[in-house]
Amino acid sequence: MDRRDTLKTLLVGAVAGVTVGSAASCHPDKAANAVTVGAGEKFYGRTPKELERDNRIRSQKYLTNHELETIAVLCDIILPSTASATSATGAGVPAFIKFIVKDIPSHQLPMRGGLAWLDLESNKRFNKQFQFCTKARQIAIIDDIAYPDENNEKPDMAPGRKFFNLMRNLTVTGYYTSREGFKDLGYVGNRPNIWDGIPEEVLAEHDVDYDPEWIAKCVDQSKRDVIAKWDDDMNLIS
Amino acid sequence: MQIKESAKVYDAIIVGSGAGGGMACNILANKGLKVALLEAGPFFDPKDPQTMTQLKNPWDSPRRGASVTRAFGDFDMSWGDWQVDGEPYTTKDDTKFMWWRSRMLGGRTNHWGRISLRFGPVDFKHKDVDGLGENWPITYDEVKPYYDRLDKMIGVFGTKEGLPNDPDGYFLPPPKPRLHELYYAKGAKKLGIPVIPSRLSILTKKINNDRGVCFYCSQCGRSCSAYADFSSGSCLIFPAQKSGQVDLYTNAMVRSVTTNDEGLATGVSYINKDDRKEYQLKARTVVLGASACSTARILLNSKSAQHPNGLGNSSDHVGRYLHDSTGAGRSAFVPALMDRKLYNEDGVGGMHLYTPWWGDHSKLDFPRGYHIEVWGGLGMPAYGFGFNISEMNKYIGGAVGGYGDKLRDDVKRFFGAIVGFGGRGEAIARYDNRCELDPDVVDQFGIPVLRFDYKWSDYERLQAKHMTETFDEITHAMGGIPMGDLPGPESDYGLLAPGQIIHEVGTTRMGDNSQTSVTNKYSQLHDAKNVFVVDAGVFTSQADKNCTWTIMALSMRASEYIADQMTKKNI
Repeated sequence: MDRRDTLKTLLVGAVAGVTVGSAASCHPDKAANAVTVGAGEKFYGRTPKELERDNRIRSQKYLTNHELETIAVLCDIILPSTASATSATGAGVPAFIKFIVKDIPSHQLPMRGGLAWLDLESNKRFNKQFQFCTKARQIAIIDDIAYPDENNEKPDMAPGRKFFNLMRNLTVTGYYTSREGFKDLGYVGNRPNIWDGIPEEVLAEHDVDYDPEWIAKCVDQSKRDVIAKWDDDMNLIS
Repeated sequence: MQIKESAKVYDAIIVGSGAGGGMACNILANKGLKVALLEAGPFFDPKDPQTMTQLKNPWDSPRRGASVTRAFGDFDMSWGDWQVDGEPYTTKDDTKFMWWRSRMLGGRTNHWGRISLRFGPVDFKHKDVDGLGENWPITYDEVKPYYDRLDKMIGVFGTKEGLPNDPDGYFLPPPKPRLHELYYAKGAKKLGIPVIPSRLSILTKKINNDRGVCFYCSQCGRSCSAYADFSSGSCLIFPAQKSGQVDLYTNAMVRSVTTNDEGLATGVSYINKDDRKEYQLKARTVVLGASACSTARILLNSKSAQHPNGLGNSSDHVGRYLHDSTGAGRSAFVPALMDRKLYNEDGVGGMHLYTPWWGDHSKLDFPRGYHIEVWGGLGMPAYGFGFNISEMNKYIGGAVGGYGDKLRDDVKRFFGAIVGFGGRGEAIARYDNRCELDPDVVDQFGIPVLRFDYKWSDYERLQAKHMTETFDEITHAMGGIPMGDLPGPESDYGLLAPGQIIHEVGTTRMGDNSQTSVTNKYSQLHDAKNVFVVDAGVFTSQADKNCTWTIMALSMRASEYIADQMTKKNI
């Protein structure tokens, strides 16, 4: 990872610190449950040994510039930008792939070999390495490797299909584990809140219901800050 | 290298700071005893921002949380997993035992599932029912008062159900079920399989002014910075330290228990990992809570003229009857859960409902039960999210493969549509399943390591078969499609390797007969009355329950016995 990427990571770590409080709307004045999370923390809770390993991996080089450029082209074929969503390169997926193939060495040969296969195929068809082909020609190759070949019509494309599957997996995972990917997915978890059951409009769409007897036993969130007391027969009375 | 001795004599030395050691520390310190607590890993506080992973986003990790350096992923709060650098273990023949160790204050309680189930009356006397294994020397009624106090002291949610072998407790109210859990409940009920609210040691309601209440991030595995889940450090050790009675020794790797001419313990010998030198501490009592296998290792490494076979091992039973919970899992695709409207359904860490064992063994070909844990929902993406997502189309006759808008659609359409099941069952404890010292191998501190010798029997294999077949039946009943092939005999019907469920117990089992057990019913060594075991080593048998709640109840019981015996000058 280059200096700029390192700085970017540092920055992300720095802004991740947030102060949160109880979201119990019924008790807006109660701060008892407030918790300060990771203010000023760098990175993500590493032990010294893990941090040293991360830094060592960042400082190493595995993929060549040509390989990384080809990866960037592939990432944006796999997840181009849309009217509402950032592209894979816009979400930093190539930098993730650059790191992860060093971090998980079993990705290295399939990635390098697959990229080389792609250039060989591209040279054979168009006398040009993949990244230098026109978009239409790139897509012509991708369409031959992006789908299963159930009738075994293009057995020569099998190595390409295997490689594209790896590229697609790493691109999707890199994208949807990014801030931009959360937005595109509509993911709204990983923040303090008060779970009080499935939203009614969601429940209405499904062929399942809350059993009133069951729900009656569940937590009354308006009393979450009242200290628990029981009678001698194990019944909660507070 | 000279051994450094301390002149100070403690009332008690406690080895290990997890569930058992933490409870012993809390009880003994609050009884006014002077306690030394030794932990083989560093200090850890769930609210320390330097080490905290709670509420981090996947992009905070360059590997997006992948399980490269931590077996359960970057954000899991366990330092150490099935491998610990410089501290190996070995296996005999084709044994596949996997040994988890968390090297940190609080041990495994920092990341565990918080499933807190009491053992039932049958679990303590199961030999009376089916003739297998051994009865415990104690009954449920003897342990019940400790479970009762534990519930109030630590906090556990659940519901009163009146089930015969899944005793009720002093419960906090449970959270409402999630959507996929309602589907599970619907499917299970069609088959007559019971489903009840889960029982987890997470505070859905305040129990005191020292700990916060759950704010529903679902990340108990990351250890709660608000102390709203049970971890030994935050709930037992830090409060105990307020007494001023606790000297905490971290990075202190206990090698052996030292003994005198009468064969009684005088203290422990440990390696300080920071300077790699050996130190000795003295105490009137030694309390071992290092974990079932680590405690066995310490005892076996404590050889003396009085205890030539290792301390507490005149019966040759230390390390024997090792058993882990059984485990097998399946997953299901549920078409009705496609195209979901997204909302925050994180909830508490783990499932909001579960299935306790319901079977009738007279109609089954295996002797002991299991409970079912359910997972699924709109979980936070991490490394691996979306892998082969397009393949899901084959279940609905859609087109597999592609890229671009179609791929984005696939990711969104299938998000939250997979439900998984895990069975956690009881294995039969066997004399031949054991850990022992490897005669040839030492760790980086020169301490002989454990070698595991463990085989599953058909009791466990057939139970796993029943688990996976049941999961597929439930899947069909909830309108789902089982994913992947049902595992067959070639893979032991999906039975996971021993140690993978991380519930290892039985290595210093309790019993009335000193020839066939290591500890008595007060968790006290038959061979040395001032040495106690407060981890899961004392379990005569596992149940179809998780072991933590029972570890703590028994540790509380043993600790009060220690204090009483010391007052009476019996120790």
